[in-house]
Amino acid sequence: MSTIGYENWAVDLAEVGPIYPMQGWEIPMTIVGVLFWLGWHRIQFVRERKHLEAASQRALDHEKVQRSVERY
Amino acid sequence: MDGNLNALTTVFTEFYYWVTVVFMFLIHVGFCMYEVGASRRRNHMHTLMKNVMVIPLVTVTFFFFGWWIYWAFPMFPFFGGLDLEAGAANLPWSQNMATNLDDRITGVFWAAFLLFSWTAASIVSGSVIERIRSSALWVHAVLIGSVWWIIDAAWGWHYGGWMVKYLGYHDAYASGVIHAIAGGYALGVITVLGPRIGKFAADGTPRDIPPHNPWMLTIGIFLIYTGFWGFYAACNVPAISPEAIGGQITGTTWTATNIYLAPTSLSAITFNFLMSLSGGLMAAYVISRGDAFWTFSGGLAGVITASAGNDLYHPIQSMIIAAIGVVIAYKLHYWVERKFKLDDAVGAVAVHGYAGFIGLVIAGFVLWGAPSSPFEGYATINPLGQFLGAMIMFFGLGFLPAFIVAKMQAAAGVLRIPEEVELEGLDYAENHAYEDAKEAIIEADKAYLASKARPAN
Repeated sequence: MSTIGYENWAVDLAEVGPIYPMQGWEIPMTIVGVLFWLGWHRIQFVRERKHLEAASQRALDHEKVQRSVERY
Repeated sequence: MDGNLNALTTVFTEFYYWVTVVFMFLIHVGFCMYEVGASRRRNHMHTLMKNVMVIPLVTVTFFFFGWWIYWAFPMFPFFGGLDLEAGAANLPWSQNMATNLDDRITGVFWAAFLLFSWTAASIVSGSVIERIRSSALWVHAVLIGSVWWIIDAAWGWHYGGWMVKYLGYHDAYASGVIHAIAGGYALGVITVLGPRIGKFAADGTPRDIPPHNPWMLTIGIFLIYTGFWGFYAACNVPAISPEAIGGQITGTTWTATNIYLAPTSLSAITFNFLMSLSGGLMAAYVISRGDAFWTFSGGLAGVITASAGNDLYHPIQSMIIAAIGVVIAYKLHYWVERKFKLDDAVGAVAVHGYAGFIGLVIAGFVLWGAPSSPFEGYATINPLGQFLGAMIMFFGLGFLPAFIVAKMQAAAGVLRIPEEVELEGLDYAENHAYEDAKEAIIEADKAYLASKARPAN
């Protein structure tokens, strides 16, 4: 059993194509990859919204805002 | 060089490795920038000098004995004696180790390995900033750069190494042979060295010691990424025939190979480098909640996790494996910091050590049953072999020797700088000299102005 389809290299490389594990599972792997990517956006959107809401609450402190503006 | 094809292949290979060496120099530039950026202003010059002097010290020792170890130790001491015949051509007095028109490859191949040695030493250097004596670090640099890592390379990163042959150990782009060992080594040193003053509150809560210059860190780590491209290319043999490999491969189709002379392609590793970098960055951004430095370091940790199998993985596998490694390494870093009160100043143990270890173990499952070598009679890649390999790298050749040597240095009082120097800053002599020189030249200019020039009316 070999995950890449070859248990040894006693082959003619002219006849060898893909050598990655899980050949035949490219579409499910792509789905997993896309879910990872979309999941990342989802997490990032939610967190940034919460972060900005908290930041806007802090921004009500006029003195702190002024110090930030002066800091440039 | 007989024949045009042979000449072309030789000169191409020579130039290929030379280019990788130039690229890999950027890794060291990046480490220097990262360390200086992470250190406080009072320690700049010392921090920089500590890492710069790794270059000559590891270079000369790697010339004198490091390179010989690689060729003489593949089976030594567990499964055979020293390979003195292979070693002979790589001794410092061998004619191959000099200007020689009969051998155009040894110099560039030696240099490619040497740059890996610098990297191993520099990884350790980062974790110990602001409190180690340079003299102590430079001994460790020689030991990790010219002894321990090259022994592990002979065992597990050589086409005839015993770990490859009997364990089926597979570590194409050095998750273990560079990163796990260097991370383990750094852990061994900082365990004895102790944290920087102020790192932990009285109740044991760790304090953040922010970098003095975040931009230097950013550019530093981006330079390390850039140099890593060269590192990946340097781990390959660019073009070789089945006949020259001399293994089981039949036919006449030339190929690029990994360090074990097993087939891969530059295209494959380019896919996987970029996808693992991306997986690492994305996972680190999420797990660190957008912390800039963990995110950037996570890109590196992602590549390091996937490196063991990046010659064979599918790019999506590479991305997911990188993400898994980063999450575990990040969690482990803070757990170890809190539990054992260890101060890893730049996260080197996590980014290199834990990520490298995890990458080896994952490769054992994902590449289970794949050939580790093109030669007959070698074990195939398997989880147990990879786990044992990870233990040998991280603990056997990394943590343990570092811990013992650091203990000896501590007992002799030559490991750590005095407390008052740590508080004043390691650059105190340079800082005072700078202030004195500045004051003197200002006074001199003012005196000259008073004696030679009159104020305008």
